[in-house]
Amino acid sequence: MTPEDLLAVWLTLKLAGTTTLILLILATPLAWWLARTRSLWKGPVAALVNLPLVLPPTVLGFYLLLVMGPHGPVGRLTESLGLGRLPFTFWGLVVGSVLFSLPFAVLPIQNAFAAMGERPMEVAATLRAGFRDRFFSVAVPLARPGFLTAIVLAFAHTVGEFGVVLMLGGNIPGETQVVSVAIYNHVEAMDYGAAHLLAGGMVAFSFMVLLSLNLLARRRQT
Amino acid sequence: MKFTPLGCLAGLCLLAFRVDAGEVRAAVAANFTVPVQKIAEQFQADTGHSVKASYGSTGKFYSQIRNGAPFDVLLAADDTTPDRIGKEGLGDAASRFTYAIGKLVLWSKKPGYVDARGEILRGKFDKLAIANPRLAPYGVAAQETLESLGLWSGLQGRIVMGESISQTQQFADTGNADMAFVALSQTLKDGKTIEGSQWVVPRHLYNPIRQDAIVLTSVQDSEATEAFMKYLKGAKAIAIIRSFGYDLP
Repeated sequence: MTPEDLLAVWLTLKLAGTTTLILLILATPLAWWLARTRSLWKGPVAALVNLPLVLPPTVLGFYLLLVMGPHGPVGRLTESLGLGRLPFTFWGLVVGSVLFSLPFAVLPIQNAFAAMGERPMEVAATLRAGFRDRFFSVAVPLARPGFLTAIVLAFAHTVGEFGVVLMLGGNIPGETQVVSVAIYNHVEAMDYGAAHLLAGGMVAFSFMVLLSLNLLARRRQT
Repeated sequence: MKFTPLGCLAGLCLLAFRVDAGEVRAAVAANFTVPVQKIAEQFQADTGHSVKASYGSTGKFYSQIRNGAPFDVLLAADDTTPDRIGKEGLGDAASRFTYAIGKLVLWSKKPGYVDARGEILRGKFDKLAIANPRLAPYGVAAQETLESLGLWSGLQGRIVMGESISQTQQFADTGNADMAFVALSQTLKDGKTIEGSQWVVPRHLYNPIRQDAIVLTSVQDSEATEAFMKYLKGAKAIAIIRSFGYDLP
């Protein structure tokens, strides 16, 4: 593998790790609210969260490019804050990846919270535990399988991302050139040997991820 | 694809009345998208044959052709790919010829931004977009230009790369890059320069971008395809090609 390919692997892991961490922080309260609320807003919010499941990545990439560009509202905000423009940067990709993988983090956690029911939290309340105490020492441990699934899926889905990165990245080694884009470049440049090396690695990685999810689910049943 | 309604109608009528009308399935380099549409329109009016064109990068077409993509002819953005296709027996080497020689421009959407001598490249800017030199001949030309000017290594970190020459222009069009090296054909519309500012890069700064066409061995309608290749070399097609700023050998 060339140093540039190794850089792409490292960058992909960094992007997936950062995205997963941010997603956990965002998805946990969102999933809790979606699992508990009886508000009329539940439908629209759930639909919004799940949009990336059905939208082609080109739609997301296209709008992000416009919104984060110098004429877009987010672009103007980041420029006035002295952060510069987000497209073609690592953090621009993080923003895109978080939106793109949001449903993969929210859904498993939401399902786990919903399956738990109201009862454990009520029991804990009768023991005079405060909400924060109840949430972290009762709800989160009970929803552990949901969290694990969310982490694995969000991480893997970010690794497998292509369309958004291609539209938003600008192909900069070490900054935005992730593995999926590097493979695309190798294929386009007719360097099939280098493409096989990375592509084969991706197949093996994805297989391991799905296998571990399966084992996880089986352990839960027994 | 952009055909005028009238042109489409004329095409349909021709199809209805001429049973011997054929179809050419063409794989066309992205920078030649608009010119080939104009040529196809004329070609159909003159011969009755229609052209079904797909647009993309030359490298992608090469992979597809190697794996049996249904094309009759390739209009590449370089001369090395058609050469390779001829040598590998995927196309008819004897049919190969240069249909256009591309010109490189430095373009910005902002009026007055790019000066007439390209001095802006030495000045203050945030991002410059070029096509990926590994994938696109215009990217190679952009890299050669920057190297000739002695700016290539100093600009690393400020250069962003599009996967095709169209994406490269799109980066500058949305304002995310301050300027971009693109094909002259992309900044011309109906013979006039589009909005913004540009510097036509002098020819001595990069190697000529020779764009070759070749008939593929997977050709189906060889009569229509041969007619199209002949038409590409004719006066009408050449006039259109020149109007988009290309040179000819």
